Amino acid sequence: MIPPAARPPGSRTTPADSRHPEIARLLERREIVICAGAGGVGKTTTAAALALGMAERGMKVAVLTIDPARRLANSLGLPELGNEERRVEIDSDGPGELWAMMLDAKRTFDDLIEKHAPDERTREAVLSNRIYQELSNAVAGSQEYMAMEKLYELQQEERYDLLVLDTPPTRNALDFLDAPERLSRFVDSRSLQFFLRPGRLGLKVFGRGTGMLFSVLKGVTGVDLLHDLSEFFASFGEMAEGFRERAARVNELLADPATIFLLVTSPRRDAVDEAIFFHQRLSERGLPFGGAVVNRMSALAVQEDPVDEAELEALLGVQLGRKVAGNLEDYQAIAARDRENVERLARELSDAPPPILVPHLEGDVHDLAGLAEMNQYLFATEAVPTSSG
Amino acid sequence: MAGILDKRLVFVTGKGGVGKTTVAAALGIAAARAGRRTIVCEVAQQERMSHVFRSEGVGYSETRLRAGLYAISIDPHRSMEEYLRQQVKPEALYTLLFDNRLFQYFAAATPGMRELVTIGKVWELAQFERRDPEALPYDLVIVDAPSSGHGLAFLRTPRTFRDAARVGPISRQAGKIDSFVSDPELTGVVAVALPEEMPVNETVDFERDLRAEMDLGLDAVVVNALYPARFDDEEAERIERAAAANGASPAVDAALRAAILEHHRARDQRVELERLRGELQRDPLTLPFLFQPELDLDSFDILSADLEAIL
Repeated sequence: MIPPAARPPGSRTTPADSRHPEIARLLERREIVICAGAGGVGKTTTAAALALGMAERGMKVAVLTIDPARRLANSLGLPELGNEERRVEIDSDGPGELWAMMLDAKRTFDDLIEKHAPDERTREAVLSNRIYQELSNAVAGSQEYMAMEKLYELQQEERYDLLVLDTPPTRNALDFLDAPERLSRFVDSRSLQFFLRPGRLGLKVFGRGTGMLFSVLKGVTGVDLLHDLSEFFASFGEMAEGFRERAARVNELLADPATIFLLVTSPRRDAVDEAIFFHQRLSERGLPFGGAVVNRMSALAVQEDPVDEAELEALLGVQLGRKVAGNLEDYQAIAARDRENVERLARELSDAPPPILVPHLEGDVHDLAGLAEMNQYLFATEAVPTSSG
Repeated sequence: MAGILDKRLVFVTGKGGVGKTTVAAALGIAAARAGRRTIVCEVAQQERMSHVFRSEGVGYSETRLRAGLYAISIDPHRSMEEYLRQQVKPEALYTLLFDNRLFQYFAAATPGMRELVTIGKVWELAQFERRDPEALPYDLVIVDAPSSGHGLAFLRTPRTFRDAARVGPISRQAGKIDSFVSDPELTGVVAVALPEEMPVNETVDFERDLRAEMDLGLDAVVVNALYPARFDDEEAERIERAAAANGASPAVDAALRAAILEHHRARDQRVELERLRGELQRDPLTLPFLFQPELDLDSFDILSADLEAIL
C-alpha cells in the first residue's frame, strides 16, 4: 500500500508499486487545478509541470501564479511574466497550448473596483484614497483573494480547457481558503459602516457610547488617519453588494466538481504536517481533493542489505571506500526519514490516491526540459522510461 | 560582519522553507552564549520555537528557554491591547474602546494594522525602557520574519503608516518605530538562502529592494544546508568508473550512486554559492546540511557553534 522511496533518475524502470491512479486522467476531466502547500516545497514548479504535461496531452492550459518572485518565469525558462497571459512554445505536435501569467494583485484589485464601483465618484474615492494606495495589499487575504478573482474571471471567459493555479506562498496555507470569506466580510461589515457614519442607524443600534468611542479613537489614530480610514471603509461599503456576490461565486467555483485541489509538499516533517492539516480543512469544507505530490524525495531507495565494506574497499581503496560507506549511511538516514514521513502522509490521506513521489532532481528546474523530467514522475503511469540522469 | 550580535534588533528573512527559524534559533543561542540577554520572536503564531526547544507552547509571554535566551510568539491582538492600554487613559476609556465590538471590527479591517502592532511589539521589546517598568530589557531581539516578499512589506509597515497618517499619535509612533528599524546601528537584517538557483535569485532581489525601499543593506547572508564536498574530482572519477563497471552488489552500487549524487549536489550548490557571492559582492556565511532525520536541540547547538565561529 505504501509507495517505496522514489527511484533516482538513473534507474531504468519505474517500479510497478509506485504507480498511482493516472494524474492525467484525473486532470483531463477538470477545468481548474489548485496547487496548495507550504512555502519552498516546489509548488510553482509542480504547477508549471502539470500544466505542461496536460498541454502535451492536447489541452489548452494556462498556469497562473501570484508570486512576485520570478519562480514561474524561472521554471518556464522565460525572462519575465506579466499580468497578461503569455504563450509558451512547447515541443508538441498536438493541439495543446501552454500559457502562463503572473498576477499583479494590485492591478487585479484596481480592476475589481472599476467593476464594482456604483459610480465615478466612488471609484475615484477608493483609487485615490491613500490607505487604499499604500495598504490595499495588506487587507487581510487580499493577495490570495485576487488570485482567485483572476481565476474566476478566466474561467468565465472560457478561453482555456484547464487553469492551473499556483497559490501564493502564505505562511499558513489556510489563509488562502479563507480569503474570499474574509474579504467579503471586510467589505460587508455593516457594523463598520454604521460606526463610521455615526448619525445613521449606527447610533440607534449601538447607543450613546458610539459618539464617545469615536472621539477616543480619534485621539488614538489622529484626525487625518481616521478620516482616510473612514472614507476607505465607506467607499468599500458602497461596493459591498457586488463584492459579496462575487465572493459567493468564487466560493462556488472552489467547491465545483470541475475544480480539484492538489497538495504539494516536501518530505520534511513540517511540510507534511502542514499538508495533513490542509487536507483536513479541505474535507471539512467538502472541497474536492485530488491527492498529494511529494517533491524532493530522497533519490535513493532505502537499502535493506548492509554494504559490504570489503567489496567497496577493493573497488576504491581503503580510504575512499570508507568515505563512500560513511556517505551512504548519511544518505540512508535521510531516505528513511523521507519514507517515514511519506508513509504518515499516505495514512492520513487514506481517502485519496497514494502520494505521487518526485525525487530530488539534480539541479534546479528552470526550463521545459527540466519540467519534462519532472513529468516522468508526475505522469508516471504512462510508463515513460526514465532518463539517464 | 562583526557586530550583528551588537545590534539591538535583527530581522531574519528569506524565502519559505530555507530555514529562517533554524537560523533565528541558532543566532539566539549564539548570542546568549556570548552573554547577550536575547529574545527570539515569532510573528505568525507558528510556535516553531516551541518545537525547536521542545518546550511547552511559547505563547504571548516572554518565555525562558535557557540561560539568557527567551522566546515569544507575537499575537497582534494582544499587542494592540497592550499598546492601547498605555495610550488610552484613564482605564475606563480604554475599556470602552477595546471591549467595543465595533472597535474590534475596525481594528481587524484596517489594512496593515496587524503588521503594525506586531512590529510595534518587536520594537518595544528592543527598548531599554520597557512598557512594563518591571520587565528587564534585552540586549538583542531576533525576529523570525515573514518570507522575503512579505518580509519587506513587513519592515516597511511603520514607514507606510507614518506617511499615510501624516500627523497624530499613530503617525508619531510609527515614525519612532521606523527610525529605529531603519537605523543600521540599531537594526540588522539577515537574509537566509539555500545554495539553489531560485533562493539565490530571491536573495539578490531582496537585497536590491531592501536598498531601494528602505535604504538598508544586508548585515549578513546565511546560506543554509550546504552539502559537504566529501569527494574531490579525482575521487569522484574513480567512483564513477567503479559504478560504470556494473559488477557491484546492490548495496555497494547504492553506495556508489549516493557518492556520485553527493558529489554532483555539492558541486551544483557551490556554483550557486559562487553566483550569490558574485552578485552580492560579499562572502555569505554557510551552515552545513545536517544528515539527521529531524533537527533537534543538539543540531541547533552545532549550528550555533558554527555561527559563533564565523560571526
